[in-house]
Amino acid sequence: MAELAFAMPALGADMERGRVVRWRVKPGDTIGRGQVIVEVETDKGLIDVECFHDATVMALLVPEGVEVAVGAVIARLDVAGAAPTAEGPRAPPATEPARLPPTSAAPAMPPVATPLGARVIASPLARRRAAALGVDVATVAPGTSGRISAEDVERAAATSTRERDPKEAMRRAIAAAMAKSKREIPHYYLWQSVDVTDALAWLTAHNARRPVTERVLFGALVARAVARAAAAAPEMNGAYLEGAVRSSLEVHLGFATAQRGGGLVAPALLDAHTLDVDAMMSAIADVVARVKSGGLKSREMSAGTITLTALGELGVDGVLPVIQPPQLAIVGAGRVTERPWVVGGAVVVRSVLTLSLAADHRASDGHRGARFLQNIVKNLVPPEAP
Amino acid sequence: MTINYRECCKLALRQCLDEEPRAFLMGEDVGAYGGCYAVSKGLLDVYGPDRIRDTPLSESAFVGVGIGAAMNGMRPIVEVMTCNFSLLALDQIINNAATLRHMSGGQLGVPLVIRMATGAGRQLAAQHSHSFEGWYAHIPGVRILAPATLEDARFMLPAALKEPDPVLLFEHVFLYAMEGELDASVRAVDIEHAALRRRGTHLSILTYGASLQKSLSAADALAAEGIDAEVIDLRVLRPLDDAALVDTVKRTHRVLVVDEGWKSGGLSAELMARVCELAFDELDAPPTRVCTAEVPIPYPKHLEDAALPQAATIAAAARRVCGRG
Repeated sequence: MAELAFAMPALGADMERGRVVRWRVKPGDTIGRGQVIVEVETDKGLIDVECFHDATVMALLVPEGVEVAVGAVIARLDVAGAAPTAEGPRAPPATEPARLPPTSAAPAMPPVATPLGARVIASPLARRRAAALGVDVATVAPGTSGRISAEDVERAAATSTRERDPKEAMRRAIAAAMAKSKREIPHYYLWQSVDVTDALAWLTAHNARRPVTERVLFGALVARAVARAAAAAPEMNGAYLEGAVRSSLEVHLGFATAQRGGGLVAPALLDAHTLDVDAMMSAIADVVARVKSGGLKSREMSAGTITLTALGELGVDGVLPVIQPPQLAIVGAGRVTERPWVVGGAVVVRSVLTLSLAADHRASDGHRGARFLQNIVKNLVPPEAP
Repeated sequence: MTINYRECCKLALRQCLDEEPRAFLMGEDVGAYGGCYAVSKGLLDVYGPDRIRDTPLSESAFVGVGIGAAMNGMRPIVEVMTCNFSLLALDQIINNAATLRHMSGGQLGVPLVIRMATGAGRQLAAQHSHSFEGWYAHIPGVRILAPATLEDARFMLPAALKEPDPVLLFEHVFLYAMEGELDASVRAVDIEHAALRRRGTHLSILTYGASLQKSLSAADALAAEGIDAEVIDLRVLRPLDDAALVDTVKRTHRVLVVDEGWKSGGLSAELMARVCELAFDELDAPPTRVCTAEVPIPYPKHLEDAALPQAATIAAAARRVCGRG
């Protein structure tokens, strides 16, 4: 009998609204846990939103093309109507990372647009103007009268034209998230230069046995080292929400990826702490490909517990990164460069990487941060056998 | 030169009597007394008792006489003291004047003009203050005029006298004392079309009679708040000028009907219906009405004022129509 109200998820702390682009299911469909049920357009691009229940679709409440606020109910599912799963009723709420409460950016706002099938109250002129402007009248928020007027339609048309520029929308989203981060999160920064000569030698040997397509890049080694260190650092891995640290047992490592044409997303490498070097490499290759082509999943957009940003390819020595709210920390990696390095009392040439950490001082102190950084180094040099 | 509405009505009568030898004025106290609103004062001396005829207090009889005279080639102007009393002559007006051309297969026309005073605002209480022009506008076979300006008071009657069929002309009691300059460039008016009295963009106020001046005052007050009201003077209540209604709604997309009649089954209801039938797709808000409270018009001044449409209530309704109320 359990009816589940499926809400527009917050696909990132800065998301306020999402547009239903395409339903992948229809009323009456039986859906399985993890199945993508709807494609949602956000400032970060087109996201496949998954459901984390076995359920039957009762009703789709928002038509395709309609933008609603985060938290607005977009579908009704009958959870009891489907076969119980191993997790049963304790399954995490749809689209939320395990053990994390809903993010603060998901207020229970009423839907701005009219639910599917409900009567749209719009003046005759508003309907005609909407048809002329190519605006779906159901997507227009009415003014104070409660009736959509021609003026409301014109305002919506002007707004949607602005929002149709994805670059601008992405820029705004990044601006909102980063401003929030710098405004609210007391960052502290640590950095350390690390001799990675042995790690590179290991990588060369590892790759020598593999065809080009399966070769592992150095970034995968760093990602693996960060993920493993994070699994043992509860103050670095999770979220800071409603004045408290919410640590996560799993590590979903956000992998900051530049988008073609500008902008940035950091989709999560899910359960990154469990991945060996090869699995990490293919996970990275997979999300990077989908950043370029579309098809990122909702959970990947919302589940990140810590982020890695690697800018070495562009020649920077190091990076003092900005934490992605509501996460607790972000690790930065510069380029690997050959430097004079003292080993056993002699100056030798070694390959050196500058790792950095920005962490939330509300959640941890420099001492713990330094430990965490050391742990990353330990996991990096030399790499454990995969 | 300043002139009032009453004098305009008198000038109109004089023009008719001067230009049309078949014309005569007939009604209660129109001669020796000069008309109960003094419109015909002095005309008896000028035109004599054959053309300015006092009648017994019998509306049915003297309206019937007017119909008979019209059928026999005369051009009678019948004055009924107020439209409240015209109810006594309803049978003559509706069953004879309005129908005879049709009943006779076009053989018998009734070129009759009936003038009557209408409306409230002068503390004359419920038996002398009602507005029945909306009722008459229901009847096919008659033309209904409502002069609301000095020019229309001056020139509608001569135009009506040229009509081959009955015309009922409603002079609002509150307007008789209205003063102003008569536009010297106007030498005649049509009795076909509504008139745009004030151009605006945000809403159309559709009105007539004494409510026109109140609506114009409301429009001035609204203009100070940034609401630009268009005011349409209907002038001709039957047949209604549908093209003018559609035209103004196309410009403003919002409609406020102001009618001193009651809402229920009234002329305002007809206007709302036509706006919806003819210009539905132009509407950006529900058409709205300001009418007289559904009570017999009260005698005490404060209650009479409260019962009638006023500039303030018109402005308040206009704000609501524009979503600012």
